[in-house]
Amino acid sequence: MKKILIIGATSAIAEATARLHAEDGDRLALIARNESHLEAVAQDLRQRGAESVSSFVMDANDFARHEEVLAAADESLGGIDFALIAHGTLPDQELCERSAQSMRDEFSTNCTSTLSLVTVLANMLEPRGAGSIGVITSVAGDRGRASNYVYGAAKGAVGLFLGGLRNRLHGSGVHVLTIKPGFVDTPMTADFSKGPLWATPSVIAKGIRSAQKRRRDVVHLPGFWLMIMLLIRLIPERIFKRLSI
Amino acid sequence: MTEEPRYGSWGGLQEGRSRRELRLAWRDDRLPEEALSDSSCLCHGNGRSYGDSCLNDGATLMSTRGMDRVIDFDPATGAFECEPGLLIKELLEITVPHGWFSPVVPGTQFVTIGGAVANDIHGKNHHLAGSFGSHVLSFELLRSDGSRLTCSESENPELFRGTIGGLGLTGLITRIRFRLKHVPGAHIEQEKHVFRNLSQFFEMTEELENRFEHTVAWIDCLSKGRSLGRGIMMCGNHASGSSLKAPRAGLLRSVPLTPPFTLVNAPMIRAFNEVYFQKNALSAGSSLIHHRPFFFPLDGVENWNRIYGRRGFHQYQCVIPHGAAEDAIGDMLKRIRRSRAGSFLAVLKRMGSQKPAGILSFSRPGVTLALDFSNHGAPTLELLEDLDRITRSSGGVVYCAKDARMSPESFQSYYPQWRELERLRDPAFNSSFWRRVTKDLS
Ligand SMILES: Cc1cc2nc3c(=O)[nH]c(=O)nc-3n(C[C@H](O)[C@H](O)[C@H](O)COP(=O)(O)OP(=O)(O)OC[C@H]3O[C@@H](n4cnc5c(N)ncnc54)[C@H](O)[C@@H]3O)c2cc1C
Ligand SMILES: NC(=O)c1ccc[n+]([C@@H]2O[C@H](COP(=O)([O-])OP(=O)(O)OC[C@H]3O[C@@H](n4cnc5c(N)ncnc54)[C@H](OP(=O)(O)O)[C@@H]3O)[C@@H](O)[C@H]2O)c1
Repeated sequence: MKKILIIGATSAIAEATARLHAEDGDRLALIARNESHLEAVAQDLRQRGAESVSSFVMDANDFARHEEVLAAADESLGGIDFALIAHGTLPDQELCERSAQSMRDEFSTNCTSTLSLVTVLANMLEPRGAGSIGVITSVAGDRGRASNYVYGAAKGAVGLFLGGLRNRLHGSGVHVLTIKPGFVDTPMTADFSKGPLWATPSVIAKGIRSAQKRRRDVVHLPGFWLMIMLLIRLIPERIFKRLSI
Repeated sequence: MTEEPRYGSWGGLQEGRSRRELRLAWRDDRLPEEALSDSSCLCHGNGRSYGDSCLNDGATLMSTRGMDRVIDFDPATGAFECEPGLLIKELLEITVPHGWFSPVVPGTQFVTIGGAVANDIHGKNHHLAGSFGSHVLSFELLRSDGSRLTCSESENPELFRGTIGGLGLTGLITRIRFRLKHVPGAHIEQEKHVFRNLSQFFEMTEELENRFEHTVAWIDCLSKGRSLGRGIMMCGNHASGSSLKAPRAGLLRSVPLTPPFTLVNAPMIRAFNEVYFQKNALSAGSSLIHHRPFFFPLDGVENWNRIYGRRGFHQYQCVIPHGAAEDAIGDMLKRIRRSRAGSFLAVLKRMGSQKPAGILSFSRPGVTLALDFSNHGAPTLELLEDLDRITRSSGGVVYCAKDARMSPESFQSYYPQWRELERLRDPAFNSSFWRRVTKDLS
């Protein structure tokens, strides 16, 4: 039995990951902002074999409550083996270009709130010398593109932050996992037309579980995105700035 | 190459496509504004209906697959409640380890519970258990006016009977509570019996139904003369034996793409039928097997429907009242032989005498025959029209879940009670099928 904390537990990717843990009989604590959705997820996980499921309603942008809610979740679990941070939004890029306020709000949801949560978690786990912290970033964070650079910058910043944290915690026993999914068919991407590069949440969930077990540092999910992003990163900026991809 | 519609149907015949495809994720959310402002909307489960009853050309389809949560499961009583997008496959994975099985399963485990209710599906145990709808305790229906109605035999009984077998037309089912069936394990004690012609089938079937909870027959639809309608009767009872592992998938696990033309032709069907018959005749007798190959033999090959090529295929399924069944089915087999069309999968089953659970339910006392045909356009439609003539004159009906072509005349004579469903239909819901078959005949 493992003790699993999930923030943004109503996300499709998070829910698929939670189901794998429920089937293993793990103990879960869930945090999300929509109470009725959260309750539907928790109820389902109980029926699928979770040892127990506790749930906490919190908006990730409610910074003042981070410590209190994480402490309560930690207590309900009796410790944390794996904390997964999954919440996020796909910003309206055009709106963020016109409105600095919208841009800041999106940055808060997709970057600052995550950094705050990770900081609290790291400080909880470091003295215990054990546990994993996994954060879902994105391949979009690898390169700035006109079509979604607010989202990309937020995810990229989280990735950089996690690299530093991993460096800091190296040797402490605490594992830091950066999860970079490619295109995933979830409510977040409902309006996109789908092609062969798209993966289902359950494929991503299996990748997350296995990366956590194997204590990987950074994973692209599915794995082929590593190659794609290597190539994309190789394109010189002087050429990249002319492209629309 | 034209882009394949995302939410299709199993026969791959559709030409039009929906204007908008939405996904539903949460049972307590309201119906999406975009759906309500379109000319109509319809739920799409997992697209295992063959024709156009799960399609809504030019308007909105709403996938329910994201609503796949379990709400309640009591392993002491076998009461189960879930959202409508849960697949039978997922249900069985959760309940079989606790000794509970779906009360009714179709020939594939890839259908949703919502789809099972909306078509009031039947299975190999129809002679004992009736259809899926008769095991439903209650469900919640979300209507376009925003109301949420609990429906059961005692609460909103009209909508209860209208929604079971109601082709998704009465609104969105958001949660379903039903009774599971207790089983001793994950296995089936199977017996296979050969019948040399159609009348032998009719002689043996009743005795086998008394001994077995599940029965179904495969018939060789290209056999002729004295062997007309020869086949294999497959029977089974639930058994323990969980020590046996689920079988591994065979060599061909998936048909990766749709070939431009059908791979199913007469010589191939003839060869297949001959080999299949002889192989099963040799292996007749009893054996203990996992429930999956027994109930879902076709699920071993993903997307097997693609072998029919880009033009797709039709399934024809009818049920003929007992008295007329032997003659009518004999006539159909002769007509099919003449067309040289043939069908891989010709399935025959005697149904029980239970009262249909829904207003428009298909299953009823009689003998049901199901056949698949490559779509060759006009000749195929002619053949199916001829089969309809036989069905109509013998007092039978055709299964809406399988249909893509029956005429409004045929439909309205099979289901004269359709106006009752039309009255209960949610004004915002409609389907390609419903528009096609309810055309005014005057
Ligand atoms: C290989 C194979 C074998 C089969 N064998 C059998 C069999 O033995 N017996 C049998 O009876 N059928 C059989 N079928 C047919 C199949 O069981 C039915 O067509 C079933 O309804 C398909 O379910 P689905 O989830 O794919 O739903 P879809 O085909 O996507 O939709 C079916 C209907 O359900 C409605 N619906 C879905 N969800 C909801 C909801 N939440 N609220 C309201 N309406 C909803 C849709 O609007 C539509 O009208 C078989 C099909 C295949 C492909
Ligand atoms: N889908 C993709 O293609 C893709 C690709 C790469 C990375 N990702 C990342 O994967 C993660 C999961 O996304 P998903 O694809 O599973 O999409 P999703 O189902 O839409 O999940 C996003 C979740 O984030 C929650 N959320 C948003 N803002 C929040 C806030 N302020 N406080 C608390 N929760 C908040 C949402 O809650 P509500 O439902 O209450 O709004 C929702 O549950 C995200 O970080 C996303 O950026 C997704």
